[in-house]
Amino acid sequence: MANALPSNLLDESLGGSSGGGRMILVEDCVETSGAFVVHHLLKRALNSHSSDAVVFLSFSHPLSHYDRVLRKMGCNLSVQRDNKRLLFLDMLALDHLDRNRGKTSEDILIALYGEIQKAVEISRSHEARHHITVVIDDVSLMEVDANGSSDLVLDFLRYCCSLTAQFGCSLIALNHGDVYSTVDQPNLLLQLEYLADIVIKIEPLATGLAKDVHGQLTVTNRNLRVDSGKSRSRIHNFQFRIKDNSVEYFYPGSKT
Amino acid sequence: MAEWICRTLRDGGLEGEHAPALTINDTITCSLGSFVFDHILSQLSSFIHSQKSQSSGIVLVAFSRSPLYYEQLLKSKGYNVSASTWFKVLDCYTDPLGWKSKLANSGIIANDSLGSSVTAKLCKNVKDLDEVSEMLRHASVSSVASLLSELRSHGQVSSLFWLIHSDLHETRATAALEYISSMKATVIVQPMDGLRGNSACLSLMENNLKRGKFNVHVKRRNGRVKTMVEELYVENSTINFAPFSTEGEVISQSLVPKVQFNLQLSEKEQNDRAKVILPFEHQGDGKNIQIYDGRKSLNESKGDSEQTCLEKEDSGRGEIIYFRDSDDEMPDSDEDPDDDLDI
Repeated sequence: MANALPSNLLDESLGGSSGGGRMILVEDCVETSGAFVVHHLLKRALNSHSSDAVVFLSFSHPLSHYDRVLRKMGCNLSVQRDNKRLLFLDMLALDHLDRNRGKTSEDILIALYGEIQKAVEISRSHEARHHITVVIDDVSLMEVDANGSSDLVLDFLRYCCSLTAQFGCSLIALNHGDVYSTVDQPNLLLQLEYLADIVIKIEPLATGLAKDVHGQLTVTNRNLRVDSGKSRSRIHNFQFRIKDNSVEYFYPGSKT
Repeated sequence: MAEWICRTLRDGGLEGEHAPALTINDTITCSLGSFVFDHILSQLSSFIHSQKSQSSGIVLVAFSRSPLYYEQLLKSKGYNVSASTWFKVLDCYTDPLGWKSKLANSGIIANDSLGSSVTAKLCKNVKDLDEVSEMLRHASVSSVASLLSELRSHGQVSSLFWLIHSDLHETRATAALEYISSMKATVIVQPMDGLRGNSACLSLMENNLKRGKFNVHVKRRNGRVKTMVEELYVENSTINFAPFSTEGEVISQSLVPKVQFNLQLSEKEQNDRAKVILPFEHQGDGKNIQIYDGRKSLNESKGDSEQTCLEKEDSGRGEIIYFRDSDDEMPDSDEDPDDDLDI
């Protein structure tokens, strides 16, 4: 595995290597799924430094799915798991966290948070791991698990955010913008946007479907306090095309 | 004007009066409220540190950012608060719901403490609440409002300020808190209309991340409400305030879309356009527009026109005299022009 990834537009807009202590919110919709961004960030987190680790909280797919996808991108998740660089928490398994024993949603989420913090603490004490990334896929399915309580989900995410301050780890969460945009007060969506340091929005093109371009990405860096010294643009907008083994990113109009 | 607010908070309230209270209000499109909060906190810290203030300390109730963040913020301004007695933080960020202590009690996680987290007991102190939006998630509006009122009327509190994101709550919740405060500072987007196109939207969004309009409403003792406006912009993690101006860097409010070809007329082109003589009845030569009403025979009218032609022949200028046979039809007229055909 190469240590230095060839940089693409998405990496450039995210700025820096792992950039510890950040919360990245990935917002997608039905027309344009943001799963590819999560895969890319996962690969980035596992490749960037040999001592980095990932805690992956999956509510939507089992490990085999991600393994298959990432293998095509040149990353072997099973090996990473065996090397203790990846902790995969499969929330689809019913007996995980004693869900079938009638515990309340709050207790389940507290226990889940406990697992994450424990994993982060263990990982940090083990061989001085430099950076830990917590990935959540995805927030709207977490709400299903919490019996529809978005307050609980928000509490959970705030606790995860406190880990970024306490341990300097990164948090990446995938959320579906269109699930929450139709309610009267799109509260969870807004709350997450306030919490996030970087918001990556994946939307279809304004002009409709196209053969060569699958959608557009808007990366907004909301954290003005992290200044690299030079005045960089805070908002990046570019388009993408999903290929079989990779994703191509390019500025509008520059696709040859 | 931001300095004026800081001075008002520094001076506190008069004897027998409630402490001045400031609400800082923002939304997601221009979320610079936290910068304003930090700025006011720094200013008050400098007043207290140099003992120019009526109050002798600050108690910060931290909901959305860690106590460590504030320690580092004040350290960057030159105040070493970790060893100080005048700055205390009430940590509601690390473990607001007691999850971590629950887990620590069952031995699942280690119980680490973060930064400074000591409750306060000072005479005459300033209280800051960052942010009330988080408080409102866990408690009802009435309980939060009553807490703030009690703080205002507490003898040992000299002034109070808090940050709220108004788009996260119902209007009545925000309004309730604004009623309690004596000053309200709102950060809103600087108005820039007339922009179209994706690139224009992006530059507008980018602009809103760094600049905004700072509206302040102050309730005076006599009941009058004073309004002041300033511009604010954030540069290199510091916030700056400037008097509000309508010109300057405001993007021109043209309604012309940004495209790659020139849709505007230059001055020469405008002059040439004014000189063009329009045909037929729009010549603007003062004559009334004549409509042929069908009573005169065409020959007669021709005769008239011939005469006019003859008269004008001397001038060497041809003239077309045009009689309309009807008034202009209104665009959405129901009349079918082929109705009079007799097929």
